[in-house]
Amino acid sequence: MKKPVLEVNQLQTHFFTDRGEVPAVDNVSFEIHSGEVLGVVGESGCGKSVTSLSVMGLIPKPPGKIVGGEILFRPQQDEGEKEENLVKVSKKRMRQIRGNQIAMIFQEPMTSLDPLYKIGYQIIEGVRNHRAVSKKEGRQIAIDMLKLVGIPRAEEIVDEYPHQLSGGMRQRVMIAIAMACDPEVLIADEPTTALDVTIQAQILELMKKLNREKGTAIMMITHDLGVVAEMCDRVVVMYAGKVVEQGDVRTILKSPKHPYTQGLIRSLPKMGKRESRLYSIPGNVPKPGSIKNGCRFAARCPAVFDRCYQENPELIEMKEGHACRCFLYDSKEAEVSHV
Amino acid sequence: MLAYTIRRLLMLIPVLIGMSLITFSIIHLIPGNPAQVILGEQASPQAIASLEEQLGLNEPYFVQYGNYVAGILQGDLGTSLRTRGEISTEILPYLAATIELTIFALIFAVIVGVNAGIISAWRQNSMFDYTAMIIALVGVSMPIFWLGLMQQWVFAQELGWLPAFGRANPRDPVETTTYFYLIDTIINGRFDQWWTSFKHLILPGIALGTIPMAIIARMTRSSMLEVLRQDYMRTVEAKGSKTFTVIYRHGFKNAVIPVLTVVGLQTGTLLGGALLTETIFSWPGIGRYVYEAIGNRDYPVIQSGILVIATMFVLINLVVDLLYSYIDPRIKY
Repeated sequence: MKKPVLEVNQLQTHFFTDRGEVPAVDNVSFEIHSGEVLGVVGESGCGKSVTSLSVMGLIPKPPGKIVGGEILFRPQQDEGEKEENLVKVSKKRMRQIRGNQIAMIFQEPMTSLDPLYKIGYQIIEGVRNHRAVSKKEGRQIAIDMLKLVGIPRAEEIVDEYPHQLSGGMRQRVMIAIAMACDPEVLIADEPTTALDVTIQAQILELMKKLNREKGTAIMMITHDLGVVAEMCDRVVVMYAGKVVEQGDVRTILKSPKHPYTQGLIRSLPKMGKRESRLYSIPGNVPKPGSIKNGCRFAARCPAVFDRCYQENPELIEMKEGHACRCFLYDSKEAEVSHV
Repeated sequence: MLAYTIRRLLMLIPVLIGMSLITFSIIHLIPGNPAQVILGEQASPQAIASLEEQLGLNEPYFVQYGNYVAGILQGDLGTSLRTRGEISTEILPYLAATIELTIFALIFAVIVGVNAGIISAWRQNSMFDYTAMIIALVGVSMPIFWLGLMQQWVFAQELGWLPAFGRANPRDPVETTTYFYLIDTIINGRFDQWWTSFKHLILPGIALGTIPMAIIARMTRSSMLEVLRQDYMRTVEAKGSKTFTVIYRHGFKNAVIPVLTVVGLQTGTLLGGALLTETIFSWPGIGRYVYEAIGNRDYPVIQSGILVIATMFVLINLVVDLLYSYIDPRIKY
């Protein structure tokens, strides 16, 4: 089997604030294979976005800094042999990779395009950063990209300004910008959160199509399990800066192991069932760094017991490719419950 | 864009009418008989009568105003009471001197102010930021005349690097056709004179440009800080653009509108209010022309000077307004 195109190992991204060091991403590991869609799921503030910005090398520093771990990138056109650690590469090299081999689209399409430049220019700009393109060629690339992402009247839109487009159209343009250099990995940070539901479906459909046709690996950051079910092959569930469960999408959605994942899935409203109240996980996400000892989910966990407050649970391999960070599945606990 | 420009030009008409009304009234706001006041207590009745005749003070107001506006439209600004010369030709060398100095001061203020502001915002809370903003604060609060005198003392008196007074070497006067010395000397092929004229611009230019520079630096910084936080800046970075492109092409272009407003207003102020600088550096500009006219009670010159300064102010603000919509496609009126 080919090595993954992107492999994140024990990534630690900390923020140094007036109130001390905050571990926003704490020993996070995952991998994405070429052509795969990986979902990264979790509530607001769980470190999903910081993880993705770390991969892009766009952590605002100060105050943020990657203090440990590695991000291994293996371009597949080199048969996945050559690998580079993005934490270690020079700023210049990172700039060559960014936007070219690893691209990103953001949550807010309304504000993510520069209001003063034409759509076409903003698409070509990214291409121009990475290879020499004439003006005429660039324009053609921009038009082709706009057509690829399903924008009607591409020849006209290319000369229009962002304020003339709707949110859904702008997100398509963002995807066009990201896909213009034919990247190996596309990071999508909640690409549909700010859009209304019908447009959401179209954008997801488009991304799925690009994934299938171009083989682009997608890292889909979302808090929406519907999006996960629709799009993803594998899922990483994050909570308060840590990975609490990961596995393939069927396993995670059908038989989640971690109480947090179970809670997330229970919180989804069910078709055809009339519930007086929707289920919600009690409490809030703790501030990263506020819990020194014990499981970070302990305070909200329905299955909590003493050990959860004293020790940090490790990620336990349940079966091939499915892991969960919970003492319920620790072999020691299993022995205890058998007795 | 063209339609908007034409519309803006038409909107100038009421402004210009208002301005002409005000300058026209100046002479009538003199308490008592203007001719008497201009000529002083000892004037003979004949002299007063002839001056009244010359100024047209015997006509009804609206006829006077009509004549005044008709004159302006034909480029006739009246005659100076002191020199008996046509003001419209007399004013040109002064106007050119002021414009030359203003442009120099403005280039200095914009280049230094904008870049200091951008770097301060980009490296917020760094040593550079603190230093630049302290200098800017000192610059805003600095009395110009004091700065000018200190410059003369250090760079002209002590070091002898730069001339302290005037526009050119008085023993080697510039032969002038356009009244802009930097242009005239090139036309005449006298590059040594060009260099001398340029050196004469430096001290008054810096003195004049310091306050605008400080204001521009502070405005650029705060506007850039706002822009650097925007989502689209991250998008540009995510494309792998160079820092320079991110900061200047996307950052500054988005931050430029408030800066442009300040530059426009400051330019107007510089054109009209450079009196202190012009006095200290013996710069024969329009500020001093009007100031001397005030001392001589040369009312037609005062009227014309104010009219010319006000017109330039209005035109500069028009240019700034047009630039807004050129830079930002969302601004359509």
